[in-house]
Amino acid sequence: MKALLIGESRKGKTLAATYELAEFARRIGAQSAMFIVDAEDDLPKYDGRLLLADSSSCGQINPPAHAALAAEVANRENADIVVLSHSPYGWDLAPLIARALGAGQVSEVVDYQEGVYVTPALNGKMRLFNKPRTPKVVVTLQSGAFAPADPPSGAPQVEKLQAPAQEKKYELVALEEPEATGVDLARAKVVVSAGRGVGKVENIELVKKLAEALGGELGASRPVVDAGWVEASRQVGSSGKAVAPKLYIACGISGAAQHVAGMKGSEFVVSINTDPEAPITEVAHVNALVDLNQLIPALLEKLKG
Amino acid sequence: MKILVCIKQVPDLETRFKLNAAGDWFEEADVAFRMNEYDEFAVEEAVALKGKLGAETDVTILSIGPDRVKETIKKALAMGADRGAHIQDDEPHRKDPAQVAAMIAAYAKEKEFGLVFMGLQSQDRGSAQVGPLVALNLGFNLVTTVVGFEYDSGQVTARRELEGGLKAVVKTRAPAVITCQLGLNKPRYPTLPNIMKAKKKELLTIPAADLAPGDALNIVERAAPPERKGAGVILEGDAAEVADKLIGMIREKTGLI
Repeated sequence: MKALLIGESRKGKTLAATYELAEFARRIGAQSAMFIVDAEDDLPKYDGRLLLADSSSCGQINPPAHAALAAEVANRENADIVVLSHSPYGWDLAPLIARALGAGQVSEVVDYQEGVYVTPALNGKMRLFNKPRTPKVVVTLQSGAFAPADPPSGAPQVEKLQAPAQEKKYELVALEEPEATGVDLARAKVVVSAGRGVGKVENIELVKKLAEALGGELGASRPVVDAGWVEASRQVGSSGKAVAPKLYIACGISGAAQHVAGMKGSEFVVSINTDPEAPITEVAHVNALVDLNQLIPALLEKLKG
Repeated sequence: MKILVCIKQVPDLETRFKLNAAGDWFEEADVAFRMNEYDEFAVEEAVALKGKLGAETDVTILSIGPDRVKETIKKALAMGADRGAHIQDDEPHRKDPAQVAAMIAAYAKEKEFGLVFMGLQSQDRGSAQVGPLVALNLGFNLVTTVVGFEYDSGQVTARRELEGGLKAVVKTRAPAVITCQLGLNKPRYPTLPNIMKAKKKELLTIPAADLAPGDALNIVERAAPPERKGAGVILEGDAAEVADKLIGMIREKTGLI
Protein backbone atom coordinates (compact mmCIF):
# COMPACT_ATOMS: atom_id res chain seq x y z
CA MET A 1 0.00 0.00 0.00
CA LYS A 2 1.23 3.51 -0.87
CA ALA A 3 0.43 6.41 1.42
CA LEU A 4 0.76 10.13 0.83
CA LEU A 5 1.09 12.02 4.11
CA ILE A 6 -0.08 15.65 4.12
CA GLY A 7 2.21 17.36 6.63
CA GLU A 8 1.35 20.58 8.45
CA SER A 9 3.47 23.63 8.94
CA ARG A 10 3.13 27.14 10.22
CA LYS A 11 5.38 30.05 9.26
CA GLY A 12 7.95 27.83 7.63
CA LYS A 13 8.11 25.26 10.43
CA THR A 14 6.82 21.70 10.61
CA LEU A 15 4.12 21.09 13.23
CA ALA A 16 4.41 18.11 15.57
CA ALA A 17 1.12 16.58 14.35
CA THR A 18 2.96 15.73 11.13
CA TYR A 19 4.89 12.97 12.91
CA GLU A 20 1.70 11.13 13.80
CA LEU A 21 1.01 10.72 10.07
CA ALA A 22 4.33 8.92 9.62
CA GLU A 23 3.62 6.74 12.66
CA PHE A 24 0.22 5.79 11.18
CA ALA A 25 1.87 4.81 7.87
CA ARG A 26 4.36 2.69 9.79
CA ARG A 27 1.62 0.94 11.78
CA ILE A 28 -0.47 0.06 8.71
CA GLY A 29 2.65 -1.12 6.88
CA ALA A 30 2.37 1.43 4.08
CA GLN A 31 5.20 2.77 1.99
CA SER A 32 4.96 6.55 2.32
CA ALA A 33 5.93 9.87 0.83
CA MET A 34 5.16 13.24 2.40
CA PHE A 35 3.70 16.41 0.94
CA ILE A 36 4.10 19.68 2.80
CA VAL A 37 3.77 23.37 2.02
CA ASP A 38 5.90 26.08 3.63
CA ALA A 39 8.31 24.10 5.82
CA GLU A 40 11.62 25.34 4.42
CA ASP A 41 12.90 26.67 7.75
CA ASP A 42 12.34 23.44 9.67
CA LEU A 43 11.87 20.41 7.43
CA PRO A 44 10.11 17.33 8.84
CA LYS A 45 12.52 14.83 10.38
CA TYR A 46 11.36 12.09 8.09
CA ASP A 47 13.21 9.32 6.28
CA GLY A 48 11.59 9.39 2.89
CA ARG A 49 10.70 11.52 -0.08
CA LEU A 50 9.42 14.97 0.80
CA LEU A 51 7.40 16.78 -1.85
CA LEU A 52 7.85 20.38 -0.79
CA ALA A 53 5.96 23.41 -2.06
CA ASP A 54 6.72 26.93 -0.89
CA SER A 55 4.15 29.42 0.30
CA SER A 56 5.08 31.95 -2.36
CA SER A 57 3.60 29.72 -5.04
CA CYS A 58 0.48 28.41 -3.29
CA GLY A 59 -0.12 30.77 -0.40
CA GLN A 60 0.54 30.42 3.30
CA ILE A 61 -3.17 29.86 3.99
CA ASN A 62 -5.08 28.87 0.90
CA PRO A 63 -6.98 25.57 1.23
CA PRO A 64 -8.19 25.31 -2.40
CA ALA A 65 -4.65 25.81 -3.72
CA HIS A 66 -3.03 23.44 -1.19
CA ALA A 67 -5.67 20.76 -1.82
CA ALA A 68 -5.38 21.01 -5.61
CA LEU A 69 -1.61 20.55 -5.46
CA ALA A 70 -1.86 17.72 -2.90
CA ALA A 71 -4.43 15.89 -5.06
CA GLU A 72 -2.21 16.28 -8.12
CA VAL A 73 0.71 14.80 -6.17
CA ALA A 74 -1.48 11.96 -4.81
CA ASN A 75 -2.44 11.07 -8.38
CA ARG A 76 1.11 11.23 -9.65
CA GLU A 77 2.38 9.14 -6.73
CA ASN A 78 -0.49 6.71 -7.25
CA ALA A 79 -1.27 6.83 -3.53
CA ASP A 80 -3.83 4.35 -2.21
CA ILE A 81 -4.35 6.36 0.92
CA VAL A 82 -3.94 10.06 1.70
CA VAL A 83 -3.38 10.81 5.39
CA LEU A 84 -4.04 14.12 7.18
CA SER A 85 -4.50 15.30 10.77
CA HIS A 86 -8.02 15.81 12.10
CA SER A 87 -7.21 19.49 12.56
CA PRO A 88 -8.44 22.72 10.96
CA TYR A 89 -5.93 22.15 8.13
CA GLY A 90 -7.16 18.59 7.65
CA TRP A 91 -10.83 19.64 7.82
CA ASP A 92 -10.16 22.11 5.01
CA LEU A 93 -8.11 19.90 2.73
CA ALA A 94 -9.30 16.32 3.20
CA PRO A 95 -12.77 16.59 1.56
CA LEU A 96 -11.32 18.54 -1.37
CA ILE A 97 -8.59 15.95 -1.95
CA ALA A 98 -11.09 13.10 -1.52
CA ARG A 99 -13.39 14.61 -4.13
CA ALA A 100 -10.51 15.13 -6.58
CA LEU A 101 -9.48 11.46 -6.19
CA GLY A 102 -13.04 10.05 -6.17
CA ALA A 103 -12.16 8.69 -2.74
CA GLY A 104 -14.24 8.09 0.36
CA GLN A 105 -13.08 9.89 3.49
CA VAL A 106 -12.94 8.52 7.01
CA SER A 107 -12.63 11.27 9.65
CA GLU A 108 -10.88 11.14 13.05
CA VAL A 109 -9.39 7.65 12.77
CA VAL A 110 -8.16 6.27 16.10
CA ASP A 111 -7.31 2.71 15.04
CA TYR A 112 -6.86 0.51 11.97
CA GLN A 113 -7.53 -3.21 11.77
CA GLU A 114 -7.18 -4.98 8.40
CA GLY A 115 -8.94 -2.57 6.09
CA VAL A 116 -11.32 -1.31 8.78
CA TYR A 117 -10.90 2.21 10.15
CA VAL A 118 -12.12 2.83 13.69
CA THR A 119 -13.56 6.24 14.53
CA PRO A 120 -15.19 7.66 17.68
CA ALA A 121 -18.81 8.83 17.85
CA LEU A 122 -21.15 10.28 20.49
CA ASN A 123 -18.35 12.10 22.31
CA GLY A 124 -16.26 8.95 22.66
CA LYS A 125 -19.10 6.76 23.95
CA MET A 126 -19.22 4.64 20.78
CA ARG A 127 -16.74 3.36 18.21
CA LEU A 128 -17.65 3.03 14.52
CA PHE A 129 -15.97 0.48 12.26
CA ASN A 130 -15.71 2.02 8.79
CA LYS A 131 -15.07 0.24 5.53
CA PRO A 132 -14.60 2.61 2.59
CA ARG A 133 -15.94 1.29 -0.72
CA THR A 134 -13.65 3.30 -2.96
CA PRO A 135 -10.27 2.05 -4.25
CA LYS A 136 -8.57 5.15 -2.85
CA VAL A 137 -9.16 6.45 0.66
CA VAL A 138 -8.56 9.73 2.47
CA VAL A 139 -8.29 9.62 6.26
CA THR A 140 -7.85 12.20 9.01
CA LEU A 141 -6.23 11.05 12.28
CA GLN A 142 -7.35 11.97 15.76
CA SER A 143 -4.66 14.01 17.49
CA GLY A 144 -2.63 11.74 19.77
CA ALA A 145 -4.02 8.43 18.47
CA PHE A 146 -0.83 7.65 16.56
CA ALA A 147 1.77 9.47 18.61
CA PRO A 148 5.22 8.05 17.84
CA ALA A 149 7.01 6.45 20.81
CA ASP A 150 10.38 7.97 19.96
CA PRO A 151 11.27 11.55 19.12
CA PRO A 152 11.26 12.02 15.35
CA SER A 153 14.50 11.60 13.46
CA GLY A 154 15.53 11.30 9.86
CA ALA A 155 16.39 13.46 6.90
CA PRO A 156 14.04 13.70 3.93
CA GLN A 157 14.97 13.60 0.26
CA VAL A 158 13.47 16.88 -0.87
CA GLU A 159 11.77 17.28 -4.24
CA LYS A 160 10.54 20.81 -4.84
CA LEU A 161 7.09 21.40 -6.29
CA GLN A 162 5.77 24.36 -8.21
CA ALA A 163 2.11 25.17 -7.70
CA PRO A 164 0.14 26.13 -10.80
CA ALA A 165 -1.41 29.59 -10.79
CA GLN A 166 -4.85 29.52 -9.14
CA GLU A 167 -7.89 31.68 -9.28
CA LYS A 168 -7.94 33.71 -6.06
CA LYS A 169 -10.84 32.27 -4.11
CA TYR A 170 -9.42 32.66 -0.65
CA GLU A 171 -7.46 35.68 0.42
CA LEU A 172 -5.50 35.89 3.68
CA VAL A 173 -5.86 39.32 5.26
CA ALA A 174 -4.10 38.82 8.60
CA LEU A 175 -2.87 36.25 11.08
CA GLU A 176 -3.89 36.79 14.71
CA GLU A 177 -1.66 35.35 17.41
CA PRO A 178 -3.29 33.98 20.57
CA GLU A 179 -3.47 36.78 23.14
CA ALA A 180 -0.33 36.97 25.24
CA THR A 181 -1.07 37.09 28.96
CA GLY A 182 0.78 36.43 32.17
CA VAL A 183 -0.61 32.91 32.45
CA ASP A 184 1.87 30.18 31.62
CA LEU A 185 -0.25 27.07 31.82
CA ALA A 186 2.38 25.04 29.97
CA ARG A 187 4.79 25.39 32.91
CA ALA A 188 2.29 25.01 35.74
CA LYS A 189 2.86 22.06 38.10
CA VAL A 190 -0.83 21.87 38.90
CA VAL A 191 -3.72 22.69 36.57
CA VAL A 192 -7.32 22.55 37.79
CA SER A 193 -9.71 22.92 34.86
CA ALA A 194 -13.39 23.75 34.71
CA GLY A 195 -15.71 22.25 32.10
CA ARG A 196 -19.32 22.60 31.11
CA GLY A 197 -20.30 20.35 34.03
CA VAL A 198 -19.61 23.16 36.52
CA GLY A 199 -23.10 24.29 35.49
CA LYS A 200 -22.90 28.04 36.08
CA VAL A 201 -20.41 30.87 36.01
CA GLU A 202 -20.49 31.28 39.81
CA ASN A 203 -18.93 27.82 40.18
CA ILE A 204 -15.79 28.86 38.32
CA GLU A 205 -14.76 30.60 41.54
CA LEU A 206 -14.91 27.25 43.34
CA VAL A 207 -12.63 25.60 40.78
CA LYS A 208 -10.28 28.58 40.96
CA LYS A 209 -10.09 28.27 44.74
CA LEU A 210 -9.11 24.62 44.41
CA ALA A 211 -6.39 25.58 41.93
CA GLU A 212 -5.09 28.22 44.35
CA ALA A 213 -5.20 25.86 47.33
CA LEU A 214 -3.01 23.44 45.37
CA GLY A 215 -0.63 26.17 44.21
CA GLY A 216 -1.75 25.76 40.62
CA GLU A 217 -3.45 27.54 37.75
CA LEU A 218 -7.03 27.58 36.61
CA GLY A 219 -7.62 25.94 33.23
CA ALA A 220 -10.79 25.45 31.21
CA SER A 221 -12.33 23.43 28.44
CA ARG A 222 -13.60 25.07 25.30
CA PRO A 223 -17.34 25.44 26.12
CA VAL A 224 -16.50 27.35 29.31
CA VAL A 225 -14.25 29.74 27.38
CA ASP A 226 -16.83 30.16 24.61
CA ALA A 227 -19.42 31.02 27.25
CA GLY A 228 -17.10 33.80 28.42
CA TRP A 229 -16.72 32.29 31.91
CA VAL A 230 -12.92 31.93 31.70
CA GLU A 231 -10.47 33.89 29.53
CA ALA A 232 -9.26 32.23 26.30
CA SER A 233 -5.62 32.13 27.45
CA ARG A 234 -6.61 29.44 29.98
CA GLN A 235 -8.17 27.08 27.43
CA VAL A 236 -6.64 23.61 27.41
CA GLY A 237 -6.93 21.54 24.23
CA SER A 238 -5.99 21.39 20.58
CA SER A 239 -7.49 24.83 19.94
CA GLY A 240 -5.90 26.20 23.12
CA LYS A 241 -2.83 25.28 25.17
CA ALA A 242 -1.09 21.96 25.66
CA VAL A 243 -0.25 21.35 29.33
CA ALA A 244 1.81 18.69 31.08
CA PRO A 245 1.55 19.30 34.85
CA LYS A 246 2.34 16.85 37.62
CA LEU A 247 -1.32 17.04 38.63
CA TYR A 248 -4.31 17.75 36.39
CA ILE A 249 -7.78 17.95 37.91
CA ALA A 250 -10.67 18.02 35.42
CA CYS A 251 -13.83 19.41 37.04
CA GLY A 252 -17.02 18.71 35.11
CA ILE A 253 -15.13 17.96 31.91
CA SER A 254 -16.46 15.19 29.63
CA GLY A 255 -13.10 14.68 27.96
CA ALA A 256 -13.77 15.37 24.27
CA ALA A 257 -10.81 14.35 22.10
CA GLN A 258 -9.86 17.98 21.46
CA HIS A 259 -9.55 18.63 25.20
CA VAL A 260 -7.67 15.39 25.92
CA ALA A 261 -5.18 16.28 23.17
CA GLY A 262 -4.11 19.23 25.31
CA MET A 263 -3.70 17.48 28.68
CA LYS A 264 -2.74 13.88 28.06
CA GLY A 265 0.89 14.65 28.88
CA SER A 266 -0.16 15.23 32.52
CA GLU A 267 1.47 12.89 35.05
CA PHE A 268 -1.49 12.34 37.36
CA VAL A 269 -5.05 13.00 36.21
CA VAL A 270 -8.07 13.32 38.50
CA SER A 271 -11.58 13.68 37.10
CA ILE A 272 -14.48 15.03 39.12
CA ASN A 273 -17.56 14.16 37.07
CA THR A 274 -20.81 12.38 37.91
CA ASP A 275 -21.05 10.66 34.48
CA PRO A 276 -19.30 7.26 34.81
CA GLU A 277 -19.23 6.88 31.01
CA ALA A 278 -17.67 10.23 30.19
CA PRO A 279 -14.62 9.73 27.94
CA ILE A 280 -12.40 11.50 30.51
CA THR A 281 -12.53 8.21 32.47
CA GLU A 282 -10.27 6.70 29.80
CA VAL A 283 -7.41 9.03 30.67
CA ALA A 284 -8.05 9.77 34.35
CA HIS A 285 -6.11 7.88 37.02
CA VAL A 286 -8.81 8.66 39.56
CA ASN A 287 -12.48 9.25 38.77
CA ALA A 288 -14.44 10.88 41.56
CA LEU A 289 -18.08 10.32 40.60
CA VAL A 290 -19.25 12.98 43.02
CA ASP A 291 -21.02 16.32 42.48
CA LEU A 292 -18.26 18.92 42.32
CA ASN A 293 -20.43 21.35 44.30
CA GLN A 294 -19.97 19.04 47.27
CA LEU A 295 -16.56 17.57 46.61
CA ILE A 296 -14.61 20.78 45.96
CA PRO A 297 -15.75 22.47 49.22
CA ALA A 298 -14.82 19.24 51.07
CA LEU A 299 -11.38 19.25 49.43
CA LEU A 300 -10.86 22.93 50.29
CA GLU A 301 -11.81 22.26 53.90
CA LYS A 302 -9.27 19.40 54.20
CA LEU A 303 -6.52 21.29 52.40
CA LYS A 304 -6.94 24.18 54.84
CA GLY A 305 -6.53 21.93 57.85
CA MET B 1 -30.46 37.52 -0.42
CA LYS B 2 -31.51 33.95 0.31
CA ILE B 3 -29.63 32.13 3.07
CA LEU B 4 -29.65 28.40 3.74
CA VAL B 5 -28.84 27.01 7.18
CA CYS B 6 -28.28 23.25 7.47
CA ILE B 7 -28.90 21.86 10.93
CA LYS B 8 -28.77 18.39 12.43
CA GLN B 9 -30.69 16.92 15.30
CA VAL B 10 -28.38 14.97 17.61
CA PRO B 11 -28.90 12.92 20.76
CA ASP B 12 -28.18 14.38 24.17
CA LEU B 13 -24.58 13.32 24.73
CA GLU B 14 -25.09 12.78 28.48
CA THR B 15 -27.16 9.71 27.52
CA ARG B 16 -25.99 6.23 28.50
CA PHE B 17 -26.14 4.82 24.98
CA LYS B 18 -27.07 1.24 24.15
CA LEU B 19 -26.32 -0.43 20.84
CA ASN B 20 -29.29 -0.75 18.44
CA ALA B 21 -30.59 -4.09 17.09
CA ALA B 22 -28.71 -3.67 13.80
CA GLY B 23 -25.50 -3.11 15.79
CA ASP B 24 -24.52 -0.06 13.76
CA TRP B 25 -25.73 2.87 15.93
CA PHE B 26 -27.46 3.56 19.24
CA GLU B 27 -30.92 2.49 20.39
CA GLU B 28 -33.20 5.54 20.16
CA ALA B 29 -35.82 4.57 22.74
CA ASP B 30 -35.85 7.02 25.68
CA VAL B 31 -33.13 9.19 24.15
CA ALA B 32 -33.67 12.96 24.11
CA PHE B 33 -32.70 14.85 20.96
CA ARG B 34 -31.71 18.47 20.41
CA MET B 35 -30.04 20.77 17.90
CA ASN B 36 -26.37 20.08 17.16
CA GLU B 37 -24.58 22.75 19.19
CA TYR B 38 -22.41 23.97 16.30
CA ASP B 39 -25.59 24.52 14.24
CA GLU B 40 -27.06 26.84 16.88
CA PHE B 41 -24.25 29.26 16.00
CA ALA B 42 -25.08 28.82 12.29
CA VAL B 43 -28.76 29.68 12.86
CA GLU B 44 -27.86 32.68 15.02
CA GLU B 45 -25.40 34.05 12.45
CA ALA B 46 -27.99 33.79 9.65
CA VAL B 47 -30.74 35.37 11.73
CA ALA B 48 -28.43 38.17 12.93
CA LEU B 49 -27.41 38.85 9.31
CA LYS B 50 -31.08 39.02 8.33
CA GLY B 51 -31.51 41.58 11.10
CA LYS B 52 -28.75 43.71 9.56
CA LEU B 53 -29.65 43.30 5.89
CA GLY B 54 -33.38 43.73 6.29
CA ALA B 55 -36.62 42.03 5.41
CA GLU B 56 -35.73 40.99 1.86
CA THR B 57 -33.30 38.51 3.38
CA ASP B 58 -34.93 35.09 3.57
CA VAL B 59 -33.56 32.30 5.79
CA THR B 60 -34.38 28.65 5.06
CA ILE B 61 -33.62 25.93 7.61
CA LEU B 62 -32.87 22.46 6.22
CA SER B 63 -32.63 19.29 8.26
CA ILE B 64 -32.42 15.60 7.31
CA GLY B 65 -33.98 12.88 9.43
CA PRO B 66 -37.19 11.26 10.64
CA ASP B 67 -40.25 13.24 11.74
CA ARG B 68 -38.68 14.12 15.11
CA VAL B 69 -36.30 16.58 13.39
CA LYS B 70 -39.26 18.89 12.72
CA GLU B 71 -39.08 19.94 16.38
CA THR B 72 -35.50 21.09 15.89
CA ILE B 73 -36.44 22.94 12.68
CA LYS B 74 -39.22 24.68 14.63
CA LYS B 75 -36.73 25.82 17.23
CA ALA B 76 -34.65 27.43 14.46
CA LEU B 77 -37.81 29.04 13.04
CA ALA B 78 -38.58 30.38 16.52
CA MET B 79 -35.06 31.89 16.59
CA GLY B 80 -36.12 33.95 13.55
CA ALA B 81 -35.64 31.90 10.38
CA ASP B 82 -38.37 32.21 7.74
CA ARG B 83 -39.08 28.71 6.46
CA GLY B 84 -38.13 25.09 6.93
CA ALA B 85 -37.32 22.17 4.63
CA HIS B 86 -37.48 18.75 6.23
CA ILE B 87 -35.73 16.04 4.22
CA GLN B 88 -37.60 12.94 5.37
CA ASP B 89 -35.16 10.08 6.02
CA ASP B 90 -35.90 7.45 8.66
CA GLU B 91 -32.33 6.17 8.85
CA PRO B 92 -30.08 9.21 8.38
CA HIS B 93 -27.18 7.44 10.14
CA ARG B 94 -26.98 5.06 7.17
CA LYS B 95 -26.04 7.97 4.87
CA ASP B 96 -22.39 8.91 4.61
CA PRO B 97 -21.25 12.56 4.42
CA ALA B 98 -21.04 12.43 0.61
CA GLN B 99 -24.71 11.38 0.44
CA VAL B 100 -25.79 14.02 2.96
CA ALA B 101 -23.94 16.69 0.94
CA ALA B 102 -25.49 15.40 -2.30
CA MET B 103 -29.00 15.76 -0.86
CA ILE B 104 -28.35 19.26 0.48
CA ALA B 105 -26.89 20.37 -2.86
CA ALA B 106 -29.80 18.81 -4.79
CA TYR B 107 -32.19 20.80 -2.62
CA ALA B 108 -30.17 24.03 -2.86
CA LYS B 109 -29.29 24.11 -6.55
CA GLU B 110 -31.17 26.66 -8.65
CA LYS B 111 -32.57 28.27 -5.49
CA GLU B 112 -29.90 30.97 -5.67
CA PHE B 113 -28.72 30.95 -2.09
CA GLY B 114 -26.04 33.56 -1.49
CA LEU B 115 -24.77 32.02 1.76
CA VAL B 116 -25.00 28.57 3.32
CA PHE B 117 -24.28 28.33 7.05
CA MET B 118 -23.84 25.10 8.96
CA GLY B 119 -21.96 23.77 11.95
CA LEU B 120 -18.31 22.85 11.49
CA GLN B 121 -19.23 19.29 12.45
CA SER B 122 -21.95 17.29 14.18
CA GLN B 123 -21.57 16.32 17.82
CA ASP B 124 -22.68 12.72 17.23
CA ARG B 125 -20.48 11.70 14.27
CA GLY B 126 -18.22 14.69 13.68
CA SER B 127 -16.91 14.04 10.18
CA ALA B 128 -16.45 17.77 9.36
CA GLN B 129 -16.98 16.79 5.70
CA VAL B 130 -20.48 17.96 4.82
CA GLY B 131 -19.75 21.72 4.57
CA PRO B 132 -16.77 21.35 2.21
CA LEU B 133 -18.61 18.76 0.09
CA VAL B 134 -21.70 20.98 -0.24
CA ALA B 135 -19.40 23.83 -1.36
CA LEU B 136 -17.86 21.55 -3.99
CA ASN B 137 -21.26 20.28 -5.15
CA LEU B 138 -22.64 23.80 -5.56
CA GLY B 139 -19.42 25.39 -6.84
CA PHE B 140 -19.46 27.82 -3.88
CA ASN B 141 -16.49 29.26 -2.03
CA LEU B 142 -15.79 27.86 1.41
CA VAL B 143 -14.53 29.07 4.77
CA THR B 144 -14.47 26.56 7.64
CA THR B 145 -14.00 26.86 11.41
CA VAL B 146 -15.37 30.40 11.49
CA VAL B 147 -15.38 32.38 14.77
CA GLY B 148 -16.11 35.83 13.31
CA PHE B 149 -18.19 36.77 10.28
CA GLU B 150 -18.95 39.93 8.29
CA TYR B 151 -20.80 40.34 5.04
CA ASP B 152 -20.92 43.37 2.79
CA SER B 153 -22.42 43.29 -0.73
CA GLY B 154 -21.10 39.90 -1.73
CA GLN B 155 -17.81 40.20 0.18
CA VAL B 156 -17.30 37.76 3.05
CA THR B 157 -14.71 38.59 5.71
CA ALA B 158 -14.29 35.78 8.22
CA ARG B 159 -12.09 35.08 11.22
CA ARG B 160 -11.26 31.42 11.25
CA GLU B 161 -9.41 29.25 13.68
CA LEU B 162 -6.16 27.54 12.87
CA GLU B 163 -4.24 25.33 15.30
CA GLY B 164 -3.22 26.20 18.86
CA GLY B 165 -5.21 29.41 19.29
CA LEU B 166 -3.91 31.00 16.08
CA LYS B 167 -6.56 32.65 13.89
CA ALA B 168 -6.63 33.99 10.35
CA VAL B 169 -8.77 36.74 8.87
CA VAL B 170 -9.68 35.73 5.33
CA LYS B 171 -11.80 37.14 2.52
CA THR B 172 -13.87 35.35 -0.07
CA ARG B 173 -16.88 36.14 -2.27
CA ALA B 174 -20.45 34.91 -2.00
CA PRO B 175 -21.94 32.51 -2.85
CA ALA B 176 -20.11 30.75 -0.06
CA VAL B 177 -20.48 27.96 2.48
CA ILE B 178 -19.51 28.99 6.02
CA THR B 179 -18.91 26.29 8.66
CA CYS B 180 -19.37 27.63 12.17
CA GLN B 181 -17.12 26.93 15.15
CA LEU B 182 -18.32 27.12 18.76
CA GLY B 183 -18.21 30.65 20.14
CA LEU B 184 -18.98 32.42 16.83
CA ASN B 185 -21.80 34.38 18.49
CA LYS B 186 -24.33 34.08 21.32
CA PRO B 187 -27.26 31.99 20.04
CA ARG B 188 -30.54 33.59 21.13
CA TYR B 189 -33.25 31.80 23.06
CA PRO B 190 -36.61 31.66 21.27
CA THR B 191 -39.19 33.85 23.03
CA LEU B 192 -42.72 32.59 23.63
CA PRO B 193 -44.32 34.90 21.01
CA ASN B 194 -41.69 33.75 18.48
CA ILE B 195 -42.37 30.11 19.33
CA MET B 196 -46.07 30.77 18.59
CA LYS B 197 -45.22 32.59 15.34
CA ALA B 198 -42.92 29.72 14.26
CA LYS B 199 -45.88 27.34 14.26
CA LYS B 200 -47.38 29.24 11.33
CA LYS B 201 -44.20 29.29 9.24
CA GLU B 202 -43.80 27.13 6.13
CA LEU B 203 -42.29 23.70 6.80
CA LEU B 204 -42.10 21.54 3.68
CA THR B 205 -41.31 17.85 3.79
CA ILE B 206 -39.35 16.28 0.93
CA PRO B 207 -38.62 12.53 0.72
CA ALA B 208 -34.85 11.85 0.79
CA ALA B 209 -35.15 9.62 -2.29
CA ASP B 210 -36.34 12.64 -4.34
CA LEU B 211 -32.94 14.28 -3.78
CA ALA B 212 -30.83 11.49 -5.33
CA PRO B 213 -28.36 10.82 -2.51
CA GLY B 214 -26.40 8.34 -4.67
CA ASP B 215 -24.19 5.62 -3.24
CA ALA B 216 -22.23 5.75 -0.01
CA LEU B 217 -18.45 5.99 -0.39
CA ASN B 218 -17.93 4.78 3.16
CA ILE B 219 -19.92 2.17 5.06
CA VAL B 220 -20.11 1.84 8.83
CA GLU B 221 -20.13 -1.94 9.23
CA ARG B 222 -20.78 -1.96 12.94
CA ALA B 223 -20.62 0.08 16.12
CA ALA B 224 -19.44 -0.91 19.57
CA PRO B 225 -18.84 0.77 22.91
CA PRO B 226 -15.14 1.56 23.34
CA GLU B 227 -12.99 -0.87 25.26
CA ARG B 228 -12.35 0.88 28.52
CA LYS B 229 -8.60 1.13 28.65
CA GLY B 230 -8.78 3.42 31.62
CA ALA B 231 -7.81 1.41 34.64
CA GLY B 232 -8.57 4.45 36.77
CA VAL B 233 -9.71 4.16 40.35
CA ILE B 234 -13.39 4.95 40.93
CA LEU B 235 -14.32 6.98 44.02
CA GLU B 236 -18.00 7.24 44.95
CA GLY B 237 -20.16 8.14 47.90
CA ASP B 238 -19.86 10.71 50.67
CA ALA B 239 -18.03 13.86 49.57
CA ALA B 240 -15.97 14.18 52.78
CA GLU B 241 -14.75 10.57 52.57
CA VAL B 242 -13.98 10.88 48.86
CA ALA B 243 -12.08 14.11 49.58
CA ASP B 244 -9.96 12.29 52.19
CA LYS B 245 -9.11 9.44 49.84
CA LEU B 246 -8.43 11.78 46.95
CA ILE B 247 -6.03 13.97 48.93
CA GLY B 248 -4.24 10.81 50.10
CA MET B 249 -3.82 9.61 46.52
CA ILE B 250 -2.64 12.98 45.24
CA ARG B 251 -0.10 13.16 48.08
CA GLU B 252 1.17 9.65 47.38
CA LYS B 253 1.37 9.95 43.57
CA THR B 254 2.59 13.51 43.16
CA GLY B 255 4.13 14.52 46.49
CA LEU B 256 2.55 17.93 45.96
CA ILE B 257 0.48 18.22 49.11
